[in-house]
Amino acid sequence: MIAEAGLAALWFAAALALLQVVLTALGLWRARSAAATIDGAVAQDRAATAAQRMASEILAAVRPVAVAQGVLVILAMLLLIAVFARTDTSVRLVVEDSSAAKPLIYKIAGAWGNHEGSMLLWVTILGLAGAAVALFERRLARPTLVATLGAQAAIALGFYAFLLFSSNPFARLAIPPADGEGLNPLLQDPGLAFHPPTLYIGYVGISVAFSFAVGAMLTRDVGPAFARAMRPWVLAAWIFLTIGITAGSYWAYYELGWGGWWFWDPVENASLMPWLAATALLHSVTVLATRDGLRAWTIMLAVVAFSMSMVGTFLVRSGILTSVHAFAIDPKRGSFILALLVIYIGGALALFGARVGTIRQGNTFEPVSREGALVVNNLLLSVILGIVLIGTLYPLVAAAFGTELSVGHPFFDSTAGPIALALVALMAVGPLLRWRRDSAAAGLRRVAIPAAVTVIVLIVTLVLAPGIHVLPLLGLALAAGVAVASVAPLWGRDLRRTPLFTYGMVVAHLGIAVSLAGMASESAFNKETLVATRIGEPQHVGPYTVTLTGVRPVIGVNWSAIEGVLVARRGDGAPYVMRPQSRFFSTPPQITNESAIKTVLDGQLYTVLGNRHGDRWQLRLWWKPFVTLIWAGGALVAIGGALALLGRLRRERRAARKETEA
Amino acid sequence: MKAKHQRLTLALLALAAVIGAAVLALSALKDQASFFYAPSDVKRDGLPLGKEVRLGGLVAPGSVRHLPDGISLRFVVTDGQARVPVTFSGIVPDLFRENSGVVAEGHFQRDGSFVATNLLAKHDANYKPPQLAGAMHKTESLKQ
Repeated sequence: MIAEAGLAALWFAAALALLQVVLTALGLWRARSAAATIDGAVAQDRAATAAQRMASEILAAVRPVAVAQGVLVILAMLLLIAVFARTDTSVRLVVEDSSAAKPLIYKIAGAWGNHEGSMLLWVTILGLAGAAVALFERRLARPTLVATLGAQAAIALGFYAFLLFSSNPFARLAIPPADGEGLNPLLQDPGLAFHPPTLYIGYVGISVAFSFAVGAMLTRDVGPAFARAMRPWVLAAWIFLTIGITAGSYWAYYELGWGGWWFWDPVENASLMPWLAATALLHSVTVLATRDGLRAWTIMLAVVAFSMSMVGTFLVRSGILTSVHAFAIDPKRGSFILALLVIYIGGALALFGARVGTIRQGNTFEPVSREGALVVNNLLLSVILGIVLIGTLYPLVAAAFGTELSVGHPFFDSTAGPIALALVALMAVGPLLRWRRDSAAAGLRRVAIPAAVTVIVLIVTLVLAPGIHVLPLLGLALAAGVAVASVAPLWGRDLRRTPLFTYGMVVAHLGIAVSLAGMASESAFNKETLVATRIGEPQHVGPYTVTLTGVRPVIGVNWSAIEGVLVARRGDGAPYVMRPQSRFFSTPPQITNESAIKTVLDGQLYTVLGNRHGDRWQLRLWWKPFVTLIWAGGALVAIGGALALLGRLRRERRAARKETEA
Repeated sequence: MKAKHQRLTLALLALAAVIGAAVLALSALKDQASFFYAPSDVKRDGLPLGKEVRLGGLVAPGSVRHLPDGISLRFVVTDGQARVPVTFSGIVPDLFRENSGVVAEGHFQRDGSFVATNLLAKHDANYKPPQLAGAMHKTESLKQ
């Protein structure tokens, strides 16, 4: 019954989304025809009030529909989780991706650890966001809000169709087996509970920004007010994307046992591309809100960012690229998502093309100014985005021409790397420039100290580590300079009166510097030892001595393992026991290497147990100095985003209160 | 600067940036895309030296030799028409076995042998050369 109820909820939600689209279209059309019939002298005013009234009526109707749709789709998701929690083996999805022996948390997370479930999660978050916009959005002009909700429902409708016609998560089996086949062991990890939902919230948040853009284009309402309404959504989406990428990176790092933290895997790129676009959008929407410039460009970026999150969904969900994440290798689904992709992106671009002429010219600006720096920021981010997109899609294009190839880190490092460094350098300068107009000489004076720090670190690093490669060297030096520059906007300010969103910017930029330092340090000073060791034989890696003292069998809930007992000691320090495992999962049969990691203040010791060779065991040991800074930086970036979001919302509430008092 | 001019300049800048990205990316791809080779491709077209490539085929029966250091091994990759000797140091994926499919990532040596930095082993033994890289299930490679 639970599965049927879930499916019914899904159908009803889809019907409501359709209703929402129809209501919106009808409302916008009638508002326009009402405006058209009132002609003549007092026309303008009366037309405007008529449109307003019409919009209010429609909004009154659309709002509850959007909320009900959100409630229904959440119900569907909860019912799917219930089916998984009970391991109902008459449901095909449960059989394919779960088993009774699995711990409860992985049963619940398993509900979105597969193709159908994750698409349902996608549309659930979309429905939730739609309901939130309907309930809480007060800043947008009414007609724009109606159009926004309509666009939101149109996106949801496509995904409902996708779920109901090609990926029904509630499909039953005629003959239920005794138990499920189990979840891919790599996915049996706390990371799974977290990683997809955060990324999806990010993707969906961008879709809300996109709906705002569509709404503003439909009602010709692009301006600072619209930008201020859109900004919190962009910020929120961006925060979640940042968390999702950071968490995903750490998950891959410790779960895959490769010692790497970024593989330029197509699926990683699929999450990076929307992040790059959202970062650009975040900065351009600030220009639009503050200085009323970059109107058309901001709308364009919203379209691009949404396209990237659709491309990301397509790449992951169609299974067209081989990857850890590619569970669904079904051409029908691939073409369905591709069709959705073409309709949405094509539609949005067509609308943009048709309406770009009606977006009035915003303010112009001087090249040496905050806006000028933000424009360059946007250009550089777009270039990186273009490179990542080409590198990710190229294997697909080549495969279509019959050539098998893969594009990996040598390509991305050599192309995106230098541009990313230039972007980081610009990030040091931009916040130190004034809005409107600044003098180049004053700007240079303000970056003198950070620049000096960069040069000093560069020289010191060259002296201490003469063989260092160019990119890590520049990375370390720039990270130091940027760290100084990013707190520079606080110098000489009354810290208590500085708005929260300024702190947000400072913390986020500092996070980038911290993360960059971690990346550079890891790639420059990483030490690796690969040996076959006898029990009791000491091995050395970096400052550590690691000794395998024994190997023993271990039994888990749904796995058994061979566990190496390692004693690690740094110099004469206290010994520390580490237990890397080779795990054997029975459903489905698979072996995974569980790394054991010891985190200390200045880095991580990373150990992996390999195969047995006579009386020797293979060990892979890494010493990774300051590698943790990579994710700490990511966390700082997300915290900075959260501070900025909080600061903006607070200021708005205060402004709104003042207005009502006045 | 006039508003219209600035808009035009910006549009041109954006266009230049996008074209620049495309040119940079495509020229880098020529050198740095890692192509997929079968042993007979190498025999026919010559050695692709100085590039990261992938070599795919079957692990020739009876060819796997473990070296005394305990972590290196030698084996031969074959596609029925040609054979390439491969050396690899590291932890081998558990599906790596003789007479089953493998994709080795690494580079060719001047003498025609291949040094692998990473091995991807394939799930099943029903191996067909051209589809191997595409049908590769990367999960297996994650275990080195």
